[in-house]
Amino acid sequence: MADIFVGKEDEFGDRGRKVIAQGDVEIGVFCLDGKYYAWENRCTHQGGPICQGRILNKVEEALNPDKTSRGLKWSESDVHIVCPWHGFEFNIKTGRHPGNKNVRLKPFDVKVKNGEVYVVV
Amino acid sequence: MDTGIERTRELPEQITIKTDTRDILAREARYRREKGFADWTIVDVDAHHSEMTSWREITEYLEDPILLHYAREFQSRTGGAPGLSNHMPGLRYQDCGGRVPHQQKLDEPVDDKSVHHDVTLVRRSMEAMGIDYQVLFPGNMLQLGTHPQPNVEAQLSFAYNRWLCERILSTDDRIKTLLYLPLSTPDMCMRIIDEFAEKKGVVGFMVTSVRFNPVHHNSFIPIYRALEERGLPLAFHAGLTWSDEFMKQLDRFISMHAISFVLCNIVHLTNWLVHGMQERFPKLNVLWIESGLAWLDFMMQRLDSEYMMRPSEAPLLKKLPSEYMRDMFYTCQPLETSNMALTEATMKAIDAEKTMLYASDWPHWDFNPPSLIHDLPFLSAQGKRNILGENAMRLFNLPPVKKKVA
Repeated sequence: MADIFVGKEDEFGDRGRKVIAQGDVEIGVFCLDGKYYAWENRCTHQGGPICQGRILNKVEEALNPDKTSRGLKWSESDVHIVCPWHGFEFNIKTGRHPGNKNVRLKPFDVKVKNGEVYVVV
Repeated sequence: MDTGIERTRELPEQITIKTDTRDILAREARYRREKGFADWTIVDVDAHHSEMTSWREITEYLEDPILLHYAREFQSRTGGAPGLSNHMPGLRYQDCGGRVPHQQKLDEPVDDKSVHHDVTLVRRSMEAMGIDYQVLFPGNMLQLGTHPQPNVEAQLSFAYNRWLCERILSTDDRIKTLLYLPLSTPDMCMRIIDEFAEKKGVVGFMVTSVRFNPVHHNSFIPIYRALEERGLPLAFHAGLTWSDEFMKQLDRFISMHAISFVLCNIVHLTNWLVHGMQERFPKLNVLWIESGLAWLDFMMQRLDSEYMMRPSEAPLLKKLPSEYMRDMFYTCQPLETSNMALTEATMKAIDAEKTMLYASDWPHWDFNPPSLIHDLPFLSAQGKRNILGENAMRLFNLPPVKKKVA
């Protein structure tokens, strides 16, 4: 196990990220709501560079009490990372696909020491 | 303060429309080396360039002076698609709201002025995916078969074919095409076959499947006969449409795309089989492109079952529709893999190791890299080599490749 330096905390804004590589391992570290999340930069689908995709809120469909649709809207809480190869989406906090709970990005632990962010590999 | 073992590198935070194709696909190059198939011959039987970015050049190849005039005048209009094309604005949903940037636009820097911009982009995708030959198709023109003016389809396809041969195919031996046949105008199809069959890079011809022409109609028979006599394959390239009555009920792109890309080839394959085209042209090699895989075992069972009960309605057949289907070729993309047991069953049903051809569909949002085929657990080693390249090498009679592996 080794701590790999990713960057200083003040280099991450909210919804900020850094993607690093050491040898063959690539990891994306995301800052969201003041916490850090790290995932392998490898999509579960066909191995695309998932962590280098767009960050967009989850799209939800709003229903009325009678089950009629009010149409689509952005989630106010769930934020997704989208694979630039094919569009697979994963929740940045859980690493899971919104419609297939068995599909999850590979996680890494994150440590913050003296204002510096590290991932544990 | 890292481990001290290897230096940590920082990668670009986000892949955008400006990212170099080789960087977008860098992981595929790595997988090829890691998985040990970097020296395999790979033929990509379906990839695309964005002909609309060269539309001004292409329309200058129009022979019809009046259409040429209209094309030039349309260029100065604001908004909408370039003149004469019937590109549907709704189809711009393909990039999923900008989620898949390479579908949106390949806007990377291209400095090489010695060849057409598209040649450089094609070469980059081939380099990244280890492709030895790539069969190139247009993009928006795949909808041209539903153009309300058949003469515009005929004239534009002739102009595009000339442009493609002169500007793209002539510059690189590794770039091939199955040239566009405007089926709605059989006379133009015959002229295109006569004029372009021998051109560098032309390995056969293609009919866009988004059209409402019954493919067995007597008016098309001379086209198939001409191709069989020349030993050139015929491909049906699937596409999408939101304009037929069934598709109009599907109000999300995902729905229309999932069904439309298959429905068109379901219809044409059914006509092709039931009307005995395989018996009439037994030496004509036929390819079905970009409908994926999962429809094929459905077609086999469905048509076999109905044929057994109603042979009087398909009297030219001497064997089951599924047996004729195993005499044809299918590109793999977009390969459905959410249920590998079903994928394996379909591949077995169509004898995929002999009939399937690798296709990337790059740069579209549902592209398949070669490693996807390499990683299929149920194929034999030779079967993987066949699908990735050797079936296509034989089909198109391509010269052998001596591969340099970095």
